[in-house]
Amino acid sequence: MRTIQLYDIAHARSGDKGDSSNVGLIANGAAAFAIIRKEVTPDRVRAHFKGIVKGVVDRYEMPNLLCLNFILHDSLGGGGSESLRNDAQGKTHGQALLLMEIDVPEDFQL
Amino acid sequence: MKEPILIGNGQGFWGDSIDAPVKLMTGGPIHYVTLDYLAEVTMSIMQRQKQKDPKRGYATDFVQLMKDTLPTLIEKDIKVVASAGGVNPAACRDAVFAVARELGLTGLKIGIVEGDDILDRLTELNEKGADFKHLDTGEPLASLQDKVLSANAYISSRPLAEALDQGAQVIITGRATDPGLVLAPMIHEFGWKPDDWDRLAAGTVAGHILECGAQACGGNFSRWWEVPDFAQIGYPIVEAYEDGSFVITKHAGTGGMVTCATVTEQILYELGDPKNYISPDVRVDFSSIELHEDGENRVRVSGIKGIPSTDTLKVSMSYNNGFKAAGTLTISGPKAYEKAQKCAEIVWQRLADAGFTFEETNTEYLGLNSCHGDINPLPAQINEVVLKLSARDANPAKLTRFGKEIAPLVTNGPPGVTGFAGGRPRPQEIVAYWPALIDKKLVETRVTVEEV
Repeated sequence: MRTIQLYDIAHARSGDKGDSSNVGLIANGAAAFAIIRKEVTPDRVRAHFKGIVKGVVDRYEMPNLLCLNFILHDSLGGGGSESLRNDAQGKTHGQALLLMEIDVPEDFQL
Repeated sequence: MKEPILIGNGQGFWGDSIDAPVKLMTGGPIHYVTLDYLAEVTMSIMQRQKQKDPKRGYATDFVQLMKDTLPTLIEKDIKVVASAGGVNPAACRDAVFAVARELGLTGLKIGIVEGDDILDRLTELNEKGADFKHLDTGEPLASLQDKVLSANAYISSRPLAEALDQGAQVIITGRATDPGLVLAPMIHEFGWKPDDWDRLAAGTVAGHILECGAQACGGNFSRWWEVPDFAQIGYPIVEAYEDGSFVITKHAGTGGMVTCATVTEQILYELGDPKNYISPDVRVDFSSIELHEDGENRVRVSGIKGIPSTDTLKVSMSYNNGFKAAGTLTISGPKAYEKAQKCAEIVWQRLADAGFTFEETNTEYLGLNSCHGDINPLPAQINEVVLKLSARDANPAKLTRFGKEIAPLVTNGPPGVTGFAGGRPRPQEIVAYWPALIDKKLVETRVTVEEV
């Protein structure tokens, strides 16, 4: 096995819904989708965003578009105009998720 | 089958590019241009403006845009659907009519859609059973109702389509849904019925893809280095067919790109449960969407399934929830991060010593970890960092005092501190957001079409 970043096999977009953010994670192809589906669990996402996400993480699968959609509850310090955070709308949470490290088989083609 | 129609979105939010709508109108073939101007904060500002002056409370940028483009719109027979009406669509229409008269134009028909603004009806609606409990937390609105600054129901696209049916060239609405601005022309052109669930779902997905403007065309795209000519990025256009299939594209010769990857990212933007995307017109199953590239900068979208909508409309309310203030300083040189931490400690201690504590405070180090916390390790050498201090409180006077404690650090704290410009931070009102649901039967929309 070797360690890569999600950045190497996926792309992402995030936005806000009240005090939660959503992060859509899109695999670069079917093989990459099989990997993110297995590796990028709600628990791992919650641990990755430790200190940012205070609530639970929900995950929805969209195999039609090779995507996973994560809802990061209570992750914006109040959200919108209420938040004191620099990123009050989770605009950067997609880029943050792409920094996650995962293990892939030695022979996996990026 | 009818010819496809071309609908472009030139404004993803109030503050988006002012050139984009003009380029959509003039840069290639287009039948409809949609423009979204509204957000919760915007609605509360507009209500305040209207309370001071009954002729205000709409998006004034839109009137300027009409002044610049009405002759083109009339010459090319381009229709405009805009949520520029804010909380005063009639006043917005009157302002556009005034501009049309100034330009010597005649025969222009403008349709307005009203009824979404329920601020003055809250008590009446309470009596009819609306409790406005919080959509996510279930909390009752109760005493907060007296603090509500704006209250708008997200209305269906039907009345917008009806205004087009009546021959209006420009539609000015209040709080329609963002995708609804795009769906309305399809309903009008293709005669889709209220129970054409799959086609209404398709039009809603098209609207969802278009609603944030250039975000469908390479804006905000993860692989940004692949995106050509950001400076001249095109805004998205849907080529919509009567059967509900559609192609996302942009004008030839513009920058950016439309690929399955850029469109997929935008499909996921602000998405919740993909199997249950609720609009006033339909519920959409996003897990049914299929994408295929159909030539350069063309993505065909098909397979979309819809199911009947709910009996409720979403209501967006805003209310005052105190004040906040934020100030920044730039700290540079040896041990920049340590000095920034010291600066923060000094400010909060001085305020505490002077007897000022706050409901909430936040200390952030921009350039290091303000966005992603501990996900990345800190760099070995930190050359400079921006310290951002912020506080929130019900009492704005306390925040004014907070604002006076930032600048002194330049001369009475650690060395290498600069970047204090633009005056002392001032308290800003926090406009909080309260989402709720209301029975569809309690909200009646009105369509009025008039000619100049």
